[in-house]
Amino acid sequence: MLLLTCPWCGPRDETEYHYGGQAHVPYPEDPAALSDEEWAQYLFYRDNPEGPYAERWSHSLGCRRWFNVVRDTATYEVLAVYTGASPDSQVPGTPTPGHPGGPR
Amino acid sequence: MADLTTLRRSPLTHLADRMAAASVSVTVSLSEVPFLGMVSLRVEPSTPAATRVADVLGAPLPTGCGETTGDDDRRALWLGPDEWLVVTTGDPVVLTRELDAALGEDPGLALDVSANRTVVELAGPRARTVLEKGCPVDLHRRSFVPGRAVATTLARVPVLLWQTGHDAYRLLPRSSFADYVARWLLDAMREFNG
Ligand SMILES: [Zn+2]
Repeated sequence: MLLLTCPWCGPRDETEYHYGGQAHVPYPEDPAALSDEEWAQYLFYRDNPEGPYAERWSHSLGCRRWFNVVRDTATYEVLAVYTGASPDSQVPGTPTPGHPGGPR
Repeated sequence: MADLTTLRRSPLTHLADRMAAASVSVTVSLSEVPFLGMVSLRVEPSTPAATRVADVLGAPLPTGCGETTGDDDRRALWLGPDEWLVVTTGDPVVLTRELDAALGEDPGLALDVSANRTVVELAGPRARTVLEKGCPVDLHRRSFVPGRAVATTLARVPVLLWQTGHDAYRLLPRSSFADYVARWLLDAMREFNG
């Protein structure tokens, strides 16, 4: 069981959350200009790293807000929790990326 | 218009006798607190609209997870950074109208959701032990005290959990989950009322 720290509610069990897949996948600037293959790439293709991975989580059974988590897919260690565009806006008390325990 | 309050039935009417029979005041007791008014409230915090809303409630809006403000007449429970549930012993239609007027033209929502949930009261020295069988939140008094309320799960279904006294908790499940929650609690209480 993961213990995730909601930016608004604090640490809660994984069962209170809903997983939202890879974070920071930008919506195409001009969707109509995309080929079918490019559109399929945007819709269906995601990274699958072994190691730190930025992903979306929703505290669906709590405050219902979305936020981002950097999680090591090999160790399940939570490396950062943040609400903005990058881990710079991370939640106090969670590990700092680039420091010991943070993403490599 | 006919008085509709004579026709309505609370979600746990059919279990009232079983809850009363399972209740032992020296260990743990269970009962429904039916027909409390509830108003869903959304407004951007720290805005003039939020201040006008607080004037209606008679207390500032809770600012963080777990906080409640106000009194039994108008109690605000924090649900999210811009979302609250106001629980009232008064008329929810009147309260909704007052909150709606306070919002004015500003973005926000005040909606009577009284039928959305019912309230179950679990009280007694073993109440916390019963809840701990199925609630992932740390209920030890170092982190959960009277006046706190959180959205969480009990026995895997969503509930609002609100501690109202040293040994007293209120659970607010959706009406459709109320039967399941009450029966789960009756089962969890068995070791204390046999
Ligand atoms: Zn939350």
